[in-house]
Amino acid sequence: MAENPDNKRRDFLQLSTITLGAVGSAAFIWPFLKSMNPAEDTLALGTTEVDISSIEEGQSITVKWRGKPVFIRKRTETEIEEAKAVNILDLKDPEQDVDRVKKEEWLVLVGVCTHLGCVPLGQKLTDTKGEYNGWYCPCHGSHYDTSGRIRKGPAPENLPVPPYSFLNDTTIKIG
Amino acid sequence: MSGNPEPRKYKNSLLNWIEFRLPIISYFEKEYGDYPMPKNCNYLWSFGALATITLMVLIISGIFLAMNYTPHTDMAFDSVERIMRDVNFGWLLRYIHSNGAAFFFIIVYIHILRGMYYGSYKYPRELNWILGVFIYLLMMVTAFMGYVLPWGQMSYWGATVITNLFSAIPFIGEGLKTWLLGDYTVGNATLNRFFALHYVLPFVILGVVGLHVAAVHVHGSNNPAGIDIKSKNDTVRFFPYMVMKDTLATCVFGVIISAVIFFGPNLMAEVDNYIPADPLVTPAHIVPNWYLAPFYAILRAIPDKLGGVLLMFGSIAILFVLPWLDRSKVRSCNFRPIYKWFVMLFFVNFFILGYVGMLPAEGLYLLIARIGLVYYFGFFLIITPFIHKIEIPKSLPLGISDLYLGGGKESPTPTGQKEII
Ligand code: HEM
Ligand code: FES
Repeated sequence: MAENPDNKRRDFLQLSTITLGAVGSAAFIWPFLKSMNPAEDTLALGTTEVDISSIEEGQSITVKWRGKPVFIRKRTETEIEEAKAVNILDLKDPEQDVDRVKKEEWLVLVGVCTHLGCVPLGQKLTDTKGEYNGWYCPCHGSHYDTSGRIRKGPAPENLPVPPYSFLNDTTIKIG
Repeated sequence: MSGNPEPRKYKNSLLNWIEFRLPIISYFEKEYGDYPMPKNCNYLWSFGALATITLMVLIISGIFLAMNYTPHTDMAFDSVERIMRDVNFGWLLRYIHSNGAAFFFIIVYIHILRGMYYGSYKYPRELNWILGVFIYLLMMVTAFMGYVLPWGQMSYWGATVITNLFSAIPFIGEGLKTWLLGDYTVGNATLNRFFALHYVLPFVILGVVGLHVAAVHVHGSNNPAGIDIKSKNDTVRFFPYMVMKDTLATCVFGVIISAVIFFGPNLMAEVDNYIPADPLVTPAHIVPNWYLAPFYAILRAIPDKLGGVLLMFGSIAILFVLPWLDRSKVRSCNFRPIYKWFVMLFFVNFFILGYVGMLPAEGLYLLIARIGLVYYFGFFLIITPFIHKIEIPKSLPLGISDLYLGGGKESPTPTGQKEII
């Protein structure tokens, strides 16, 4: 049977049909999967301009940027000192304080816990700020310091710094 | 079968007409009329029927809710409030649906624990068990997505925390999460697709339930003694005996669930979900639905993101391989004097895990969760595979009818050791 040249021909036809079918199905599935990714209008990066002139030293405000809360804090002398004094080798996600700010007193962070996405406490003066005097995430107990770096708890990374720039002394553009 | 019609057997000519063209009448007769049930089965064997009925109730109440629900972040919360206040009997539909989901889990948990206690997952019912775990998994996904729909604070933050679990996966995690959400945070795209999936998944569940039941009917149902059916004397017909028994169970269940729906409809709900979702404020204390809480406790017991996620998924995945972890040949725990207590402790432990999963993960609660986690995995990975080396099972009865000879549950005279290995 195996010697019959017709069989070889048939094997070839069968194999190429199956291959074509498989490639075709994969190509068919692709647009469906792709359609679930963020749409163009969602992708279009939003920017937010914030007036920071009314923020007093030691106070913070929360603004919304691309659906997420952004923390803007005017740090006190002691908070800046604390943030700089840390030996970065002790950190889970080592980063210098200077690399996380553009002007020492202004700290700008995406206020989303890097563990599972809760918004940490510490923005209001009455909030608990955690053991490192920055932010405390109540969901599973992550503590962030005055530079927004993770110090204790399950979160793996520091609170991210969003892209931003100072338009002038009293206005920040986020995004 | 080809061209060779079966002899006509029904008096009713309409039934014959259908049967001749599509033999479903004889199929139902075989599976739900003549089907031999072991005669020693207790009421725990009614929970499969109860689960099926509850699934139907959820599907029907869900379709009617969907007629008035709007899956948009600006309108979802209000549309649910409108269902509660303005739609005729809307409150009833919603309370049937939300409490129905909770009872669905209670029933399925009892159903699963029944299977574990009586060893129903063992040969030849492994595939039946796997399909069951698959149903359970689909149920969790469906209920999770349903809980997002009312768009309250718990909906939003529960969805945020759970979808963020995927971001723990190295390399592809962030991309996968964004793909699931259709956005960088839980948003309108997410709500919309969750609604679409919440609508369709119950029908997938229904299909898998069909396979699950078909699989058990091949070799017949297990029973409290865990021994095989040997003769016709061991069984009773499904109709009318089991149909009547399951109907009584359904009536009792109906009374219980009605009591909750009418007198305590929010007993199993979270107050925070009556506050509209706010992406800028996390509630002080995020609680999962109680029926998912044991797994949430496991997640939080580990102080590492990836580790917690792996153990949580692992705790569900391990259920799939239970038939191969248990190496004892004796099915029913009634005849396993040591394992029996470990299984019962497993049930208690699962309950405790659920309890601490709804409390803050601190201090004593965290410690309890960690002990519970160790027992959960220890049970599956150490006790279940190795206990048969030290356990001497009680002697099994030769057949189901022998159980009734002595009048008691276990006959005083040893009835044979044949099946003990
Ligand atoms: C396996 C079956 C199902 C389960 C376990 C389930 C579970 C749930 C849960 C837990 C909720 C949230 C209840 C609340 O807190 O208000 C919910 C809501 C909802 N479900 Fe289902 N469901 C099922 C089937 C269905 C089906 C088939 C539909 C049909 C479209 C549906 C439509 C809805 C709608 C519209 C809501 C939002 C209204 C509301 O919150 O009451 N469900 N579901
Ligand atoms: S989300 Fe912040 S600690 Fe888990």
